[in-house]
Amino acid sequence: MRGGLWQLGQSITRRLAQGDKKAVARRYFASDAELKKTVVYDFHVANGGKMVPFAGWSMPIQYKDSIMDSTLNCRENGSLFDVSHMCGLSLKGKDSVPFLEKLVIADVAGLAPGTGSLTVFTNEKGGAIDDSVITKVKDDHIYLVVNAGCRDKDLAHIEEHMKAFKAKGGDVSWHIHDERSLLALQIFGCCVIAHSFAPTSCYLFSHDLVMVLLLLRFLQHLTKADLSKMYFGGFQVLDINGVQCFLTRTGYTGEDGFEISIPSESAVDLAKAILEKSEGKIRLTGLGARDSLRLEAGLCLYGNDLEQHITPIEAGLTWAIGKRRRAEGGFLGADVILKQLEEGPKIRRVGFFSSGPPPRSHSEIQDEGGNNIGEVTSGGFSPCLKKNIAIGYVKSGLHKAGTKVKIIIRGKSNEGVVTKMPFVPTKYYKPS
Amino acid sequence: MACRQLWASRAASYLRISVFHRGFSNVIKDFKYVDSHEWVKVDGNYATIGITDHAQDHLGDVVYVELPEVGAAVTQGGSFGAVESVKATSDINSPISGKVVEVNEALNSSPALVNSSPYKDGWIIKVEINDSGELNNLMDSEQYSKFCEEEDSKH
Repeated sequence: MRGGLWQLGQSITRRLAQGDKKAVARRYFASDAELKKTVVYDFHVANGGKMVPFAGWSMPIQYKDSIMDSTLNCRENGSLFDVSHMCGLSLKGKDSVPFLEKLVIADVAGLAPGTGSLTVFTNEKGGAIDDSVITKVKDDHIYLVVNAGCRDKDLAHIEEHMKAFKAKGGDVSWHIHDERSLLALQIFGCCVIAHSFAPTSCYLFSHDLVMVLLLLRFLQHLTKADLSKMYFGGFQVLDINGVQCFLTRTGYTGEDGFEISIPSESAVDLAKAILEKSEGKIRLTGLGARDSLRLEAGLCLYGNDLEQHITPIEAGLTWAIGKRRRAEGGFLGADVILKQLEEGPKIRRVGFFSSGPPPRSHSEIQDEGGNNIGEVTSGGFSPCLKKNIAIGYVKSGLHKAGTKVKIIIRGKSNEGVVTKMPFVPTKYYKPS
Repeated sequence: MACRQLWASRAASYLRISVFHRGFSNVIKDFKYVDSHEWVKVDGNYATIGITDHAQDHLGDVVYVELPEVGAAVTQGGSFGAVESVKATSDINSPISGKVVEVNEALNSSPALVNSSPYKDGWIIKVEINDSGELNNLMDSEQYSKFCEEEDSKH
C-alpha cells in the first residue's frame, strides 16, 4: 500500500548491484534531477522537509521531527501526509462495476454507494499486481487510488482490459485525476471527538483532544457535512472551503482519518489551514514515519509484502474477497485463488517480534532447528512498542502465533516469535 | 559488503534534515577522524572508537548497536559492527587496526547514548593499537569538519 522507505531501499540496493561505483553514482544523480514534484513540494522544503526519491517523485521522508517522534505524534495527536504521488482515477459508465470486477477481488457490486474497500488487482496466476482502495461513488462511477510505484503498470493493465471490454460493447471510460492532489490526514481519537458533538456521549476529554475537536469542527465548518455519520471506508464528494473534494475515511496508519483529494491549486492552502487550526498538534509527517505506522498496523507494502507472485490468500487478505466472489470467481487468477481457498496456501504472511538488531526486508527466517522456513518482507523498530517488529512469509503450518523462529541478520541468529497483527491496535471509526 | 556500505551511507544521508542541520557538526579537537564518520581517541597503546556527531545526526534515533566480541581483531577501514536507526543500517568501520579489549555494554540497553553523547558515553569499542603509524592516515578535527561540509554540500 501507500509508499514507504523500503521500496526506496530495495530500489537503490538493486541499482547498486549493477555496474561499477561511478556508473551507479552518475545514474543516481541523473535520476535525482528528473524527479517529479507534487504541488506541495515547496511547502515541504519550507517546513524542513528532507526530500528523497520515491517512485519517480521527490517526496519528504522526514521534517524537523525525528521519524520516531513523528510516528508517536501521529498516534497521540495526528499527522498530515502528502500522498499526491499516488494515482487517483475514476471509472465511469453503466458497466464500470462488472468491468472492475474482472480485475479485482472485491465485491464491487455489493458496495453501497458512498463506501469503499481495500482490494487487490490480480494477474492471471492470482498474484497481486497492486493493492488499491476502491470506492463506489454511484453505481456507474468508481473512484480508486493506486500506488505510485505501480502506476504505469496498473494504468497499462486497466487500459488493455478496457479496450477489450469496450470492443465487446461494454460501457466504461476513465479519467486519471492528475489535476488533483491527495492529502492524508490521520487523527487520534476522532471517533471520540465525533461522538462528543452530542454532550451526553462525551466520555473522554483532555487538553490535547480540545485541539483535535477544534480541527474536526474546522473540517465540519468547511464542509457542512456530518462527518460523524461517515464511517471507516466511507466516501463523500463535498465542498471544503468552497472547493470540491473527494473525502475518503481511510488511511494507512491504523488511525482514524481521511484521505482528501483536492484540486491541486488548493492543496497547499488546505494543508496550511489544517496545520494552523490544529495549533501544532497535527504535524507534517513524512514517508519514513508513514512506513513505521503502517508496519505497526500490520498493513502490506506493495513491493515488500505484496508482489506479482504473492496471492491475496497468502497475504492474509482473504477477507477482502467478497463472499459472492468466492463462489463465482470471475476475476483474473480466480482458479488459483479459489483453489488456495479450498486447500489452503503453502505460505502465509505473519507478524514477528524479535530480539537483537531490527529485522529488515529479506532477512531469512529459520525454524528452531536451523531450517529455512521463510523470509522477512518488512521490519524495523516500532517507536510505539519500543521493540522490533517484522512482517514476513513462513510455510503454512508454522504460522500460528507463538511459534518460535530464528531471524538471521548479518549471519547471526536472533530469537523471534510469530505474532498476530496488528502490532498496535487500530482505531478505525466504525459504527458501535 | 561494499554495496551495503554504499547503500547505508546513501540511506543515512537521506535521513539528514537539510534545513535544520547545523552549519557544522560538533567535533573534538584532539580526536582523529575518518571519512566513514568514526572518531578515535588515543591513550598510549590504546584507543577508544565511536561514531561522530555528524554520523548520528544523519542516522536519526539509534535503536540498536551491534558490538564485536572482546578479543576480536579490527583492521583499519574494516567493519567491526553496525548501528541501526529506525530506518537505516550503517556499518561501523575501525579507524585503526588492533584488538578489541573492551566494548560499551551500556549500548545494549541504551543505544540512544550514541545520539545523546557520541563522543563520551556513546563510545563503542576500545582497542589495543597494532601500529600507531596508522594514525598518520587520519584526519584531525579541522580536516574532518571541512570534509563534512564538502560532503553535505554535494547532497
